[in-house]
Amino acid sequence: MNRHSLTAIIWKRFLKNRLAVAGGIVVAALVLLAVFAPFIAPYSPNDIDRRHILEPPGSRHLLGTDDLGRDVLSRMIWGARISLAVGFVAVGIATCIGIVFGAFAGYYGGWADRIITRFIDIMLTIPTFFLILTVIAFIGSSIWNIMVVIGLTSWMGVARLVRAEFLTLKERDYVLAARALGAGNMRIIFRHIMINSMAPVLVSSVLGIAGAVLLESSLSFLGIGVQPPTPTWGNILTLGKDNIEIAWWLSVFPGLAILITVLGYNLLGEGVRDSIDPRLWDTERK
Amino acid sequence: MLKYLLKRILEMIPTLIGITLISFTIIHLAPGKPTDILADFNPKMTPEARERLEKYYGLDKPVIVQYGMWLKRIVRLDFGESFSSDRRPVMQKIWDKKQPLIDRRLFVTFMINVISMIVILLISIPIGITSATHRNSLYDKIMTTTVFVGFAMPSFWLALLLMMFFGIYLGWLPISGLKSMNYKTLSFAGQVFDRVSHLVLPVFIASFGSLAGDSRYMRSSMLEVIRQDYITVARAKGLPERIVIYRHALRNALLPLITLIGLSIPGLIGGSVILESIFGIPGMGQLLFMSVMTRDYPMIMCILTIGAILTLLGNLLADIGYMLADPRIRAQQ
Repeated sequence: MNRHSLTAIIWKRFLKNRLAVAGGIVVAALVLLAVFAPFIAPYSPNDIDRRHILEPPGSRHLLGTDDLGRDVLSRMIWGARISLAVGFVAVGIATCIGIVFGAFAGYYGGWADRIITRFIDIMLTIPTFFLILTVIAFIGSSIWNIMVVIGLTSWMGVARLVRAEFLTLKERDYVLAARALGAGNMRIIFRHIMINSMAPVLVSSVLGIAGAVLLESSLSFLGIGVQPPTPTWGNILTLGKDNIEIAWWLSVFPGLAILITVLGYNLLGEGVRDSIDPRLWDTERK
Repeated sequence: MLKYLLKRILEMIPTLIGITLISFTIIHLAPGKPTDILADFNPKMTPEARERLEKYYGLDKPVIVQYGMWLKRIVRLDFGESFSSDRRPVMQKIWDKKQPLIDRRLFVTFMINVISMIVILLISIPIGITSATHRNSLYDKIMTTTVFVGFAMPSFWLALLLMMFFGIYLGWLPISGLKSMNYKTLSFAGQVFDRVSHLVLPVFIASFGSLAGDSRYMRSSMLEVIRQDYITVARAKGLPERIVIYRHALRNALLPLITLIGLSIPGLIGGSVILESIFGIPGMGQLLFMSVMTRDYPMIMCILTIGAILTLLGNLLADIGYMLADPRIRAQQ
């Protein structure tokens, strides 16, 4: 089976899964919204209009205005940028850490493995939200800090996954062959085994983005995320909570945006998982 | 069994030291000193007084020495005094003996988490079993969809929506705090009702996060078990389906769920920060949030440590549950 036909099979399987395609469309739309926010948003996200504060959704402001008269729709479109950036960068960091730890533990075994698995276990028993909250409050809540801290506290799943992959893959003949040809450990880890364990890592990364988006929005909601006036879905929701008795639209729409986004990443991730898992290729197998 | 338990409890000690060391290092390596806050609040603070204070807290020593000092104190359950303006001992703030048990912060958080755990089990296990036994039915499909949406639902948003609907639109449930203003004037039954009605929304939201995952997990674990030979045997010898499922299959299917519950405890405890701040509940999460904002070092360390202890104890309980449910593991010990 050559490379092209394998990709073609995966692609075909993916397209057949309607929910996965829907997830992909949501994610793509989100990327477009974030990139072209200045052109799509009907108003500037920080335009204060004191004559129209807390205006319900209507023809002038599709999703209403907040307590300073800012257009909620525009703020949400700009908020997509934060959500997207935090999701991708945090997961990128988590994936890199997870791959390195997982690869070393799985490949070398012995002491390295014992120490790393122990560390993973400890990280999994910490109520990480406590830790994230504490760290962000201490080092300040810039978007970079938030990305890094979320990344540093969510690599454990990837590490376990990669470790398990390495444990089985390192016994394969091609590894032996590479070693016989004189390849060093680093080359075997990163050029040979890693490539073959990328598929499940990719899936868990996509699912991880969903988790990071949720985390970021809860931090913003608590008021320790990305700080206003920068619009985020979480900090619009905080306004929603403060005005809960008079302005339902401030609570309903940003939450819906988070829900749809997370749902999109989850559907996409699960779809990719199903289409790259050979055990599910019933038709192709026959 | 006893030996195993003892071993597990001893194993918790290095883990706990690891967790507290990580937390301690992070807090103390962060820019700014704890005494900055004290100095900010007190304009009369001279540099000499400040130095004395730093000596007192050992802030002039390397972090690892400070950690050693801290460890020595907490072994005697002395978490120090809060940096906040009331200057009360940290332990007193989370476990105020002057207040009734039910109002002490640690108890409030503990109670909400335990009730939520029970609710999670009571709802997700039956849903998981019935989805598995009625696989691919309309019911199963509705549940699958609900679970998928539930996974993606930000719990704090759901909290806001429910507050708006039940609290404001219908006016059925209170949306903040643990008891009403007129609590003291109520009869005993009224007081119980008042507390319960205050807990309905928080407990629902706290359990919601795990409901989706756990019922899904229960379903797949059940599906795996009923495919096995011994279930076919049980059916073949003419046992009623109810007994096959609830007596024979359930015990094996529950095992993976116990692990999952153990793993979901940190999330539950961590989530109490958001939960308590939305509903204005005076618990540990809310206290942590306030302490973090004011850099109340002793308070933060105390709450992080107690959070870790609770998590470890939860895991231990999960392990014990695992042993009780699985004779194979008991036999190994």
